[in-house]
Amino acid sequence: MNDMTPDRDDRIANLKGMGCARKRVEDVRFTQGKGNYVDDIKLAGMLHGDFVRSPYAHARVKSINAEAALALPGVIAVLTAKDLEPLNLHWMPTLAGDKQMVLADGKVLFQGQEVAFVVAEDRYIAADAVELVEVEYEALPVLTDPFAALESDVVLREDLAGQDSGAHGPRRHHNHIFLWEEGDKDATEQVLDSAEVVAEEMVYYHRTHPCPLETCGSVASMDKVNGKLTLWGTFQAPHVVRTVASLLSGIEEHNIRVVSPDIGGGFGNKVGVYPGYVCSIVASIVTGRPVKWVEDRMENLMATAFARDYWMKGKIAATKDGKITGLWCHVTADHGAFDACADPTKFPAGFFHICTGSYDIPVAYVGVDGVYTNKAPGGVAYRCSFRVTEAAYFIERMIEVLAIELGMDAAELRAKNFIRADQFPYTSALGWEYDSGDYHTAWTKALDAVDYPGLRREQAERVAAFNRGETRKLMGIGLTHFTEIVGAGPVKNCDILGMGMFDSCEIRIHPTGSAIARLGTISQGQGHATTFAQILATEIGIPADSITIEEGDTDTAPYGLGTYGSRSTPVAGAATAMAGRKIRAKAQMIAAYLLEVHDNDVEFDIDRFVVKGAPERFKTMKEIAYAAYNQAIPGLEPGLEAVSYYDPPNMTYPFGAYICVMEVDVDTGEHEIRQFYALDDCGTRINPMVIEGQVHGGLTEALAIAMGQEIAYDDMGNCKTGTLMDFFLPTAWETPHYTTDHTETPSPHHPIGAKGVGESPNVGGVPAFSNAVHDAFRAFGLRQSHMPHDHWRIWKIANQLGLHG
Amino acid sequence: MIPAAFEYHRPSEIGAALDLLQTHGDEARVLAGGHSLIPMMKLRMAAIEHLIDLRDIADLRGIHIDGTRIRIGAMVTQAELITHEGLASAAPILREAALQIADPQVRYMGTVGGNVANGDPGNDMPGLMQALGAEFDLAGPSGTRTVAARDFYEAAYMTAREDDEILTAIRFDATTGGFAYEKQKRKIGDYATAAAAVLITRDGDSVATASVAMTNLADTPIWSQAAADALTGTTCDAHAIRAATDAALADIDPTEDNRGPVEFKRHVAGIIISRAIARAWSRA
Repeated sequence: MNDMTPDRDDRIANLKGMGCARKRVEDVRFTQGKGNYVDDIKLAGMLHGDFVRSPYAHARVKSINAEAALALPGVIAVLTAKDLEPLNLHWMPTLAGDKQMVLADGKVLFQGQEVAFVVAEDRYIAADAVELVEVEYEALPVLTDPFAALESDVVLREDLAGQDSGAHGPRRHHNHIFLWEEGDKDATEQVLDSAEVVAEEMVYYHRTHPCPLETCGSVASMDKVNGKLTLWGTFQAPHVVRTVASLLSGIEEHNIRVVSPDIGGGFGNKVGVYPGYVCSIVASIVTGRPVKWVEDRMENLMATAFARDYWMKGKIAATKDGKITGLWCHVTADHGAFDACADPTKFPAGFFHICTGSYDIPVAYVGVDGVYTNKAPGGVAYRCSFRVTEAAYFIERMIEVLAIELGMDAAELRAKNFIRADQFPYTSALGWEYDSGDYHTAWTKALDAVDYPGLRREQAERVAAFNRGETRKLMGIGLTHFTEIVGAGPVKNCDILGMGMFDSCEIRIHPTGSAIARLGTISQGQGHATTFAQILATEIGIPADSITIEEGDTDTAPYGLGTYGSRSTPVAGAATAMAGRKIRAKAQMIAAYLLEVHDNDVEFDIDRFVVKGAPERFKTMKEIAYAAYNQAIPGLEPGLEAVSYYDPPNMTYPFGAYICVMEVDVDTGEHEIRQFYALDDCGTRINPMVIEGQVHGGLTEALAIAMGQEIAYDDMGNCKTGTLMDFFLPTAWETPHYTTDHTETPSPHHPIGAKGVGESPNVGGVPAFSNAVHDAFRAFGLRQSHMPHDHWRIWKIANQLGLHG
Repeated sequence: MIPAAFEYHRPSEIGAALDLLQTHGDEARVLAGGHSLIPMMKLRMAAIEHLIDLRDIADLRGIHIDGTRIRIGAMVTQAELITHEGLASAAPILREAALQIADPQVRYMGTVGGNVANGDPGNDMPGLMQALGAEFDLAGPSGTRTVAARDFYEAAYMTAREDDEILTAIRFDATTGGFAYEKQKRKIGDYATAAAAVLITRDGDSVATASVAMTNLADTPIWSQAAADALTGTTCDAHAIRAATDAALADIDPTEDNRGPVEFKRHVAGIIISRAIARAWSRA
């Protein structure tokens, strides 16, 4: 057998299956500028749309005069709410059970809101015509603060007058959307009342924006001859868009084809349905010509879905020696003008109640109040599962505040309260069943890797040197141990607009032994064509290089709920493995027939079926594929295809330990990331190189959010951060070096044990960076300071602590 | 981000460019690197009917060093300032400052003439030119005149240049002694939260001459005579640096923006000025 060993290794290497750092097959076209994005689509006779947008955050629309615009040569139409009303498309449903204006219906509720849609022969004429549309506004009082909004007499949503109940229960004020609660409030408050120590803090996770490199857009083409509508767009969930388009337009679903071409990043921004999509469809139906709409960067930042904006009031109870006994949280959630959060329908605050984090907390309560304000709608999961980054930031700040309250080391406090490895599967106080984990092992590995005691000694020396006037730089050690909840989700409780959150894979093996697999997801840069082929290579023994992965065309791909919330690997990856196993089961029967043995007498071996005990007798998958198409095998249909729709039995719970070492300049507020160590446990690892890329990208977005990125408004509701001059998008210059590491705790319920990783670095990264800033000033009495920690806010901390003399 | 229609002109002689300016008056603007003007047009904050691109005018190019006298054509890019070896020894502060402007892609397009002529208080070159005591050559319908950089800036986007004039070159003397261009910014590509250009010459243990100018701390660049006076003749010790910094701070008038409130900017300005002086002195 020894002489077989190199042969086996070669065969495994040839597959480029799971565990292989296979190079991304997508990158050849992306790095050569050969990608095909929505704005690359050019159709004969195509028209171009552009929006007239509101300069006001809150105003009545007195009149819209499009005469001058329509008189401009090349202008085809100017659509307003009045034109959409007969079609009942002037409003549209949101994913969160609310409705939202497609075009301003009597009033505007945020700056940048869509007021009229100009359609013209070319993009330049459309932009000229936008300038010519005269809109008369009457300014109304503006509400930008959610706490003030809940007290104000100003009614934002007049359309909801008299409705004291919404999609998620009672509304107690005209600017209130819902109160969503989980956990045992009474028991939690009893624990707080009798606790030895209670730490209380308001933790704000500011409003920011996913800001993908490619903005949102669509091309709609209504073929009036065959009655078929084709819609290309920046859709993270193309199948759901098809269903919604059918329900809204009345066009039967088989007559709608939705295509997501290459997508230049989504990060949650491209989950929802935007007025531009609807207007391009209506305009194409009205004109009978294809209509393209692509927003610019400012429109993307000001009007498409934001993320976060959670005011999280927390109380955490513990014994004097640091054993946590209870957690209480109340969130005031600023949802903007319409509730357009992208969450599973039954979860108006997403999975925020994962906020007990990595800790064994016996009792907990969460209440979330959703509030309307004069800001853009959204509330999407920006590189995180639904509201999970808010939850992780909340608990990881509360742990730090509790450590201060107890006078305890924050690393030790965490270790003391982690869920132990022997407690999995673990049911949290807020109702989640954590599938697997080994937090203590990961934590110890992380602390050892950075020489944590050494860092603390150095920090103490630095503080002493600072106090002696020898340095003006402080050193912060940012700790985080996060637990994610991804892979939405089980159909029994997860749906989007009624569609269960399963996902799918369909495989066809070609006669000569190569294959195509189609999935219900859509890559926006994640590298699905690379990694899903690796799962299949291992499952069916066909080299990844011989497998085409296709997604995003609803006419060819099986129905799926799309890509966001790190759900592709947990759900579609599972469907891929399960479909692969169906292929393998049939291949086994074919092999047995060819080898003239009983089905149970052959077994799968890398890329072939061998007769048990006689490995020299085998049929390769290539031979089996050919036989499937050219042999009449008794009892078997010809061909080799399979489809799987996978309904996950549970979410997956990736986790990680991150440590950030930061220097802050007390005088200028500048910072320098000296070291960043990221240990991720995402279960079974499919492609270590893709994982590393995901971690680097997610950490960089976390850096952006923690250290400068925000969507800010002035008191008049003007967006102050509408360009990349003011909205922080890090370049290579601002991005530090990252050290990545891992442990591997497979998910027990996932077919290949994989958990998903794309969003972990953002979920864990934000508290790591922020905790480092806080930790730098801990010795001087800082408890809590809100993100983003840009220069002036860090300077302000130092100033308020009296460090400027 | 779609500009209104405009006529594009690309003359190859300065005279032809001046004629176009005369002909079209208020409706015309000259285009250098375009990194300020084009975004303004795309935002439709500037409506330009006639855009006169200066890139084909050979007279506006080139860096000439004649003994201690330096002439930089208005269309010289930031990238050329960085890579020019003669300039690196004759006036190294230019390279240090240009490396802190925007990013490499912008620096291949952005020009020194556009940077100084636009009058944007966020631009780095105007303060630097005031520190150098540079002169700007302005060509107009009635010939060429020269204006000192320290007299050129009137208010944000308002300069001594008349609408029918074109800034053609910048002239200044080679520097000796120490130099520093210190800039705090939020990120690559950003304008300064505060920036300072400092030149110091040494005579034995004391400061012989000093020049201190600042960027984005008022609606024009600020050159501070008082700061220079506070340094001259001293040993540039902590006390002198404090006095010079206080003098410089008395001359600035920053405004609040997304970078922070006035109180923060004044504090940071003091730090940046002090650091620039200390670094320039260490090199003197």
